[in-house]
Amino acid sequence: MDNAIAQTEPLMPRETSVHEAGHDVEHEHVFIPQHRHHFETEEQQREAGSFGMWLFLLTEIMFFGGLFFAYLLYRNWYYDAFVPASNFLSIPLGGANTAILITSGFFMAIAVWAAEVRKKNVLVWSLVFTMLFGWAFICIKGIEWHDEWVHGHIPGATYNIGEFVNPKAHGINDEKPLPVDMAQRTQIFYFLYFGMTGMHALHMLIGLGILLWLLWRAIRGEFTQGYVAPIENFGLYWHFVDIVWLYLFPLLYLINRHPLAH
Amino acid sequence: MSATATTIVNLPDQSTATIPKKNYISAEHGLLSWLLTGDHKRIAMLYLISITVFFFIGGAFAGLIRLELLTPQPDLVASDTYNKLFTMHGVIMVFLFLVPSVPATIGNFVIPIMVGARDLAFPKINLLSWYLYLVGGVMMIATMVLGGVDTGWTFTTPLSTHYLNTHVITTALAIFVAGFSSIFTGLNFIVTVHRMRCPGMTWFRLPLFIWSHYAASILMVLGTPVLAISLVLVLLERVFGIGVFDPTKGGDPLLFQHLFWFYSHPAVYIMILPGMGVISEVVSTFSRKRVFGYTAVAFSSVAIALFGFFVWAHHMFIMGISNYSALVFSLLTMLVAVPSAIKIFNWAFTLQKGSITFETPMLYAFGFMGLFTIGGLTGVFLGSLGMDIQLTETYFIVAHFHFVMVGGMLMAFLSGVHFWWPKMTGRMYPEALSKLAAVVTFIGFNLTFMPQFVVGYLGMPRRYHAYPPEFQVLNVLSTAGATVLGVGYLLPLIYLAWSLKYGPIAGNNPWQATGLEWQIQSPPLTENFTEIPIMDHEAYDYEWLEHKTQHEVTAVG
Repeated sequence: MDNAIAQTEPLMPRETSVHEAGHDVEHEHVFIPQHRHHFETEEQQREAGSFGMWLFLLTEIMFFGGLFFAYLLYRNWYYDAFVPASNFLSIPLGGANTAILITSGFFMAIAVWAAEVRKKNVLVWSLVFTMLFGWAFICIKGIEWHDEWVHGHIPGATYNIGEFVNPKAHGINDEKPLPVDMAQRTQIFYFLYFGMTGMHALHMLIGLGILLWLLWRAIRGEFTQGYVAPIENFGLYWHFVDIVWLYLFPLLYLINRHPLAH
Repeated sequence: MSATATTIVNLPDQSTATIPKKNYISAEHGLLSWLLTGDHKRIAMLYLISITVFFFIGGAFAGLIRLELLTPQPDLVASDTYNKLFTMHGVIMVFLFLVPSVPATIGNFVIPIMVGARDLAFPKINLLSWYLYLVGGVMMIATMVLGGVDTGWTFTTPLSTHYLNTHVITTALAIFVAGFSSIFTGLNFIVTVHRMRCPGMTWFRLPLFIWSHYAASILMVLGTPVLAISLVLVLLERVFGIGVFDPTKGGDPLLFQHLFWFYSHPAVYIMILPGMGVISEVVSTFSRKRVFGYTAVAFSSVAIALFGFFVWAHHMFIMGISNYSALVFSLLTMLVAVPSAIKIFNWAFTLQKGSITFETPMLYAFGFMGLFTIGGLTGVFLGSLGMDIQLTETYFIVAHFHFVMVGGMLMAFLSGVHFWWPKMTGRMYPEALSKLAAVVTFIGFNLTFMPQFVVGYLGMPRRYHAYPPEFQVLNVLSTAGATVLGVGYLLPLIYLAWSLKYGPIAGNNPWQATGLEWQIQSPPLTENFTEIPIMDHEAYDYEWLEHKTQHEVTAVG
């Protein structure tokens, strides 16, 4: 019996406040169907969701941070190897990919807006374009990886340093030949390149998977009746993936544009 | 309440008391209702069961290690097997027991109730985190069945990447997955503390348990991803030979150390901070006093979390980092002693002039305070550069971190389990037996690890299965202590299980504690509160509690 008493007495349930009770009746709150029972208000749910997403992105920054830290270290140690290795990367392809990814991010931003103003068609189409540009990025990235594979630039047992030790024999005239030990260090550059772009592409693929699911739900009209949290939070994730690329592109492709003073 | 009162335990009349018919355990039935639950309390129980299993697996490895070390010569196991034993003991205890121990079980159970919420912010992610833990655990078991791993729990490169042919990949993946379980737990706690507090629950009305979990969660969220990426790099190195940590290819093994310890040093604070939260609650409850210096204790948790990120290189003093960097990291390491001491002193002042009673959780808490202090102070020895070079990689360091992790965290965990057991299950454990267990644990612990300080100071290196005969006496003492300790851990397992059915009915608030979790029924309802409470008093306000019970009708009809 004392259970019930202990439960309610000290904690002043809200009904006891007459003023509040009246207030509730005046503004009868209509819960959206996606409202979860353990949140007091929709606003609390939405805030919690977006705060959680920001925290998750923070963990992602730390995750990529390890790779960026390794890049910083080895770039300083082996700058001479990093420059020619970086020069093998195609700036036109990388640049095109940057533009494509920014466009994809643009459509994602449109999607968030469309969900908020409840325009279902705009939402669906902008999600479709977000996906298309995302896939275009992956395809171009695939072409680049294939090129590197053809040149024997995949780190590991099959790694080929020929082009760095003797560039002229491979028809590359604007690179100075590297000593063999420094040429070996290009492998570290390529490992970081594959590690970082690979991890980035993995995040994109996961994002594209989620996007497909969101698209299906958007077509059913779930996000254009006031419940926009998934679109918003996915938008945050997608922009984060964009931003990672915006750091990767200059670090990996444009490293020789502003050479360190020797 | 006379001055001669020796206990504050206040149980309802056993002849009429019953467990409330409607509670989170009886709400639904069947295995699936547990495996697919979103209820933080049920998930906490799932965690409690699974970490107990891994604790005893890890403990069995520890037993085998101590048995081997009974004699100077290698006789029980081969040297390779010994390497596997201490590796798997370390991996299981660190990643599958200590990291999730208090947060995922007790924290999961009481944090939403303490802040006055119906659940954690993301119940599904909470369940996901348990499944990730389970996947990690199953992969770890697979590793053991397939033949084990022998890198040491630190995965030191290039040993782990080039020189060993055991199941490094499976283990690293297991830790990777379990790491995400810890990230999600931390993320959930942070969002819950920020966004789910009930009206009136300001930051400085939060129980200190919440503050310490908040600090630990920050560490989980910021540190664990770095561990994840360093393990990914070890995996890639092992599978593809990419050379990022391989000196022959220009890689830097020290880079691995930096990345690994960037997580694994904060990880020791992930392990200890939640324990400190338990101690704050227990010490306050059994001294009938508000925690002395509430604000200082609260901020010391955050300070530990903050400093914890800037001391990692003290694990690397003998690895060839620069002298200047070693100097800075040594100084920063000393700084961690300050917030830790703040906590210990404040608990001591909480006890001063309090009405202290010696219930089981309090006995464990006393154990924590003594043993953690010894563990912490020997940490200062190890943080000083000269001493570290003498003592690192000896049994001194083994004794040091076992004092903090086992003497500190495990004591805190057991203290917390006993403290909240009535809330979790609605029943009390046997009082006399549990006090005996607390004392046995304390004696066994000291007997096990005190000699290790001595033997380490004399120069016995860690991670060897053979040693010079003159160290035998101390090792025999240690092994004897381990047996006592084993009994100390088996006892709670047995009587807590017994109490599930036969324990006396606990009622809502057997300890007369002030936390919100004690003002609701035990075991709680699935939704915790029928109405979201309004917090109108400070934390640890025993006067409020007294006034509340003044008007309470204790016997009806």
